[in-house]
Amino acid sequence: MIGASKIKQYSNVLEKPLSKGKQEVSLSAFAFLFSELVQYNQTQVDNIAELERRLEDAGYAVGARCLELLCHREKVYHIIVKLCVMFMPFWLSQGNRRETRLLGILSFVHSTVWKVLFGKVADSLEKGTEHEDEYMISEKELLVNRFISIPKDMGTFNCGAFVAGIVRGVLDSAGFPAVVTAHFVPMEGQQRPRTTILIKFAEEVLRREARLG
Amino acid sequence: MATTASFIIVSRNDIPIYEAEVGSATKREDAAQLHQFVLHAALDIVQDLAWTTSAMFLKNIDRFNDLVVSVYVTAGHTRLMLLHDSRNDDGIKSFFQEVHELYIKVLLNPLYLPGARIASSHFDTKVRALARKYL
Repeated sequence: MIGASKIKQYSNVLEKPLSKGKQEVSLSAFAFLFSELVQYNQTQVDNIAELERRLEDAGYAVGARCLELLCHREKVYHIIVKLCVMFMPFWLSQGNRRETRLLGILSFVHSTVWKVLFGKVADSLEKGTEHEDEYMISEKELLVNRFISIPKDMGTFNCGAFVAGIVRGVLDSAGFPAVVTAHFVPMEGQQRPRTTILIKFAEEVLRREARLG
Repeated sequence: MATTASFIIVSRNDIPIYEAEVGSATKREDAAQLHQFVLHAALDIVQDLAWTTSAMFLKNIDRFNDLVVSVYVTAGHTRLMLLHDSRNDDGIKSFFQEVHELYIKVLLNPLYLPGARIASSHFDTKVRALARKYL
């Protein structure tokens, strides 16, 4: 095995301590695996919408697990956070906590989840101007799209559907069902468009938010 | 160790995915059904309470005679519910936290579908050991 160091063997997964999330995965290895995921799914479908749905489903499973693991990890972070409150106000409220409010879970996705998955917080989190129930997370250069160019005949297809699926997985598991889609948005003076993850919350979520006040 | 204790994990979709009688009392045949019934009745209360606080551990949310229900709601709204007759809050909290960690380990298995029954015998052994230690 390449670069295999001595890894401690555990008799079963329940004995092994949960990872602290400090290790990083090689970008090329991820890009290679992701390209296979897209190509394989491409052979299984006959239209773009179906392909996006399949990528989204793959992401959903990641998101659902991310939520549970990260909320558990936050507890450990809590002590460190106390020292740097001024820089990360979002983290303060999360120590063995669940998110019960809309803005709380959105900033959790925007900062905590993004940081773990992509090593940085998302470029921006905005509220939709036309609809009350829409929020957007934008990223200039989404990690999964870095080595991907979409052929002309595939129209509006965006591999960000995978990330949209992750976001949906996190939100849905936390009790905030939403429809999440990924779109390219052209930017002036830039060759490559940025990717916007559009989140449209279900009606029940907004009703509950209103009730909680 | 508590004389009566019944532990159950309920998935996000309100389906029980793990059950265990962890008390030391001699088993009565109808006790298990009674415990199930009481825990099931407490689900409604949990549903209302879960949105009013962001804490995971909700203690003594419901009672039936001398039996008390304590619940631990995870981030993904999986509920760990314990029916107990002891008043050892700290022990119960530690029990929940450790089982939560075990649950995350099971959940992180890519072959485990969230919401499916936890059939692992290792998990069962570990939970029972934790119950002996803390309850």
